[in-house]
Amino acid sequence: MVKFSVEVNDSLHTADVDPRLLLSDFIRHELRLTGTHVGCEQGSCGACTVLVDNVPVRSCTIFAVQTSGRTVKTVESLASNGQLTRLQRSFTENHALQCGFCTPGMLMTLAPLAESGQELSEDEVREAISGNLCRCTGYQQIVAAARDALNP
Amino acid sequence: MKSRCRDASAVKPDNFEYFAPASVEEALRLLADDSLEAKVLAGGQSLIPMMNLRLARPECLVDINGLSDLSYIRKDTDGLHLGALTRHVELLTSPAVQHMIPLVHEAAGLVAHSQVRNRGTLGGTLAHADAAAEIPTALLASDATITARSLRGDRQIAMQDFFAGYFTTALEHDELLIDVFVPVAPPHSGSSFQEFARRKGDYAIGGAAVVLTLDDLGHCESARIALLASGPSPFRATEAEQFLMGRSLDEDSIAEAARVAAAAAEPVESVHGTPAYRRAVIEEMVARGLRRAITKAGV
Repeated sequence: MVKFSVEVNDSLHTADVDPRLLLSDFIRHELRLTGTHVGCEQGSCGACTVLVDNVPVRSCTIFAVQTSGRTVKTVESLASNGQLTRLQRSFTENHALQCGFCTPGMLMTLAPLAESGQELSEDEVREAISGNLCRCTGYQQIVAAARDALNP
Repeated sequence: MKSRCRDASAVKPDNFEYFAPASVEEALRLLADDSLEAKVLAGGQSLIPMMNLRLARPECLVDINGLSDLSYIRKDTDGLHLGALTRHVELLTSPAVQHMIPLVHEAAGLVAHSQVRNRGTLGGTLAHADAAAEIPTALLASDATITARSLRGDRQIAMQDFFAGYFTTALEHDELLIDVFVPVAPPHSGSSFQEFARRKGDYAIGGAAVVLTLDDLGHCESARIALLASGPSPFRATEAEQFLMGRSLDEDSIAEAARVAAAAAEPVESVHGTPAYRRAVIEEMVARGLRRAITKAGV
């Protein structure tokens, strides 16, 4: 067992865990933050994407103990007091989710781009989400939602 | 005693001892300790998925992500020194990499997806030695030199001597890859990285990293052609390189060089195609690489 401390969604957590516990499982089972989804557990689908030190990573490819001393943000960190972010509202308005399984990963991949205020072309948006698989929407509406949110 | 479970349907890693050394020396001591059977954990983008599927079951992991001394991009007189912990995304955003070693910059942009590039490291992709990995192939075409460190000291390994077969390198079990020196190509050189995958970010069906140096007449002075996903390791198509030396670079010589390079490839059958199909893809990638490299050399 390895003891470590990590700031998740602005709250400091200290835990003593098996080093083989994946960050995705730590988030879901230890912290009960089930917004982060686990699709493939082999780094292919992107449903488990979270921010570690504000950078999107696949949480199934990092052990929880590796986040010692770092900050982690999950999809639960986006809305505040029930107020959705512009990106989240755009997803709703553009029908960018059906089953919603890929959605947290999509949002966390796009969140830093939305924060940065960059304008992205359609190709750039498609490139940005190329690591996130969606089985429902065919991506069209996700791209539209991202462009709406990223371009004033 | 740890229980070690051989479960073919597992998606969680097996047990391992975990160390997160704070210094390179501490990491080297762990790697030298035969009782530990230590494996280095860097970006984890290849290793951890393999561990999740229990294709890899290391007894002990030495997590080197805390060794910030190994994260650097440093200009030298005739090239760049890249620290082993440099993340792929850092290669992409570095102006020095973009301008001085553009082949490496191009290769870095083709690695998987942004989330993987945020974690994956230079040292990790080299030590993992996947024949379908872009950065090792680009470094092979760049005549890079690797520095490996152990308690016994430092050792320089030329890229030509680094790959030793399927996911195998010349690194000893107690050595840590710490630095890669990438020389700048000579004047009148152009480079290109070409790969074909059905979706961007997928492992390539075939590819090539090409560096061409032209003489004053615009003929080929030297060529370096490294092939991707073409055998157990990235390798140089030396017959094709020798064929091009001194030749004028027209469509005929490009086509012949591509054919010779592809003939040396031994791609395995995959869901994406037969060896013959993959060889045809490789041939096309070499040809495109040569054409692009000629344009970039611009004599």
